[in-house]
Parts: sequence; C-alpha cells; structure tokens
Amino acid sequence: MPASRDVTAARVAIGSDTDLAWVRQQVRQAAAGLGFSLVQQTKLITAASELARNTLIHGGGGYMEITPCPQGTAPGLRLSFVDSGPGIRNVEQAMADGYTSGGGLGLGLSGAKRLVHEFLLDTCPGRGTTVTITAWATVVPSARPEAT
Amino acid sequence: MNRAAAGHPLAVPVLALGDVLLVTLQGELHDGMAEQLQQDIAQRIARSTVSGVVIDISGVDIVDSFLGRVLSDIAAGARLMAVRTVLVGMRPAVAITMVELGLTLPGLVTALDTERALDMLATAPQLAAVSVPAERKEARDAGLP
Repeated sequence: MPASRDVTAARVAIGSDTDLAWVRQQVRQAAAGLGFSLVQQTKLITAASELARNTLIHGGGGYMEITPCPQGTAPGLRLSFVDSGPGIRNVEQAMADGYTSGGGLGLGLSGAKRLVHEFLLDTCPGRGTTVTITAWATVVPSARPEAT
Repeated sequence: MNRAAAGHPLAVPVLALGDVLLVTLQGELHDGMAEQLQQDIAQRIARSTVSGVVIDISGVDIVDSFLGRVLSDIAAGARLMAVRTVLVGMRPAVAITMVELGLTLPGLVTALDTERALDMLATAPQLAAVSVPAERKEARDAGLP
C-alpha cells in the first residue's frame, strides 16, 4: 500500500466486478495522495469506473495502468485501460451520447471524456482497445468545456 | 443466486420502518450487490405491505452510469408495483459529477434526507405524479384513456 503523497505507477487487473471496486479504490487513493480536490477525485473515480467496466464487459477483461503525470507544478494522474478484446469498429458511434452496445445507458465513453482533461481512444478491430485519460489537480477551477 | 460463492459476501440490508422500506448504501458497492438489491426490494414489495422505498446514498462516494441505472430501475420497478421511491442524501461532489457525466436520472424523486423523504411519502401521495418527466407525462396524457 503506497503511503499518501508517494504515488507510484501501478497496474491493476480487471477481471471481475470485484476488481472494479479495487480500481476505484486505487484511483481514489492516488488522487487523494496527489492533492486532488473532492470534486476532482469524484470525477476521476467515476470516469475510471466507467472505463474499467467497458474493459471488463466489452473487452473481456484487461488491466488499468496508473501513472503520476505532473504538468508544471500541477500534480496529475494518467490512467490507461487496456484490453485485447474485439476492439471498437465504429468509434464515432461508440463515442456518441446514448449509444450503447451493452445494455447500459450509453454514457460510458462520452461521459468519461467529459469528466477528465485529456482523453485518448486507441482501438483496432480484432486487437483490442486502450483508453487513456489524464486529469490534473488544478487549484483554479478549469473553464467549463464549451457546449457541443 | 449464489452470490456469496461468487465473491459477494454481503447483501445490502433492507430495513422496514413501518410500511416504508429503508435502504442505506455505503462505500464500495459491487455490481452484483446492486443487482441483488434490485431483486430484494421487488420481492419485499410483493410479499408485504409497502407504501414507499427510501434509498439513502449519503455514504456513497460515486454513482457511475451502472449504479445510476440500477437506482432508476429500482424506482421504475417499484412504481409499477404502486410503490414510490425517494432517493436521499446525495453528496454535492456526486451530484456535480453525475450532471457532467450526463446522468440526471429524471424519473427519480429525491429528498435532502430520510426525514424529509418519509414526510413526502406520508403526507403527499400526489408528489410522485408531479415528478414524472414532462415528456413521459405528455405521452401518458395523450396516449392513454
């Protein structure tokens, strides 16, 4: 168990819904250790929960990699969700609000993107999907993203 | 269901307060536990006299789209069995995050705390009808005799 403030890179396996709870705990611990505010923590944990569930349900399991990622003086956290499942054939459709292929609400990818500062989707049909998100602990509240 | 063997040691307790079911969610909730809770509540409603369900989420750190859907489904199922559900105690950070996620749960009735929820259930049965989302209400008004 890393002590708070001492956040090191780690890998968390995603193979069951118990692992989803573990992912949330690890992200919470790391974000709190880096000084993320409560709202920033909540957003990042929620995004991680959505993406980890995608890894589990659509990717057939995989892992999360958690890496500290400072930018200037702002501490940050980068999370990668990696699976070697079927991949996403239609990325545009998968990123649309309300589109679901798995019985959910269709907010997983699009919603997670709104909750973080950076969002990168790398997918190849037949070879898997990697979603990488990054958030920084900002002191000043960041500007609201423009409505689309 | 064999939840214990599948790694879900604890079910969420459903308490009865008079004829109201009181459910307190706390900390980490596994997906399996949430789905089990949905079944437990439906069965309790079917078996005994229940006038309302109060779900307290003041101990919940995050509500993602899965848990949001389960909460919505619990309320929708209860409503089909003529029972109203009130969600109470949402933390500010959770509410902010859910709105940004796009998860506003329009069909759910909310109250600040359990006491107010019990007041709502006891004194104003028509409140549930008021909170029906506009588009669904229009469809109902237009479509049904």
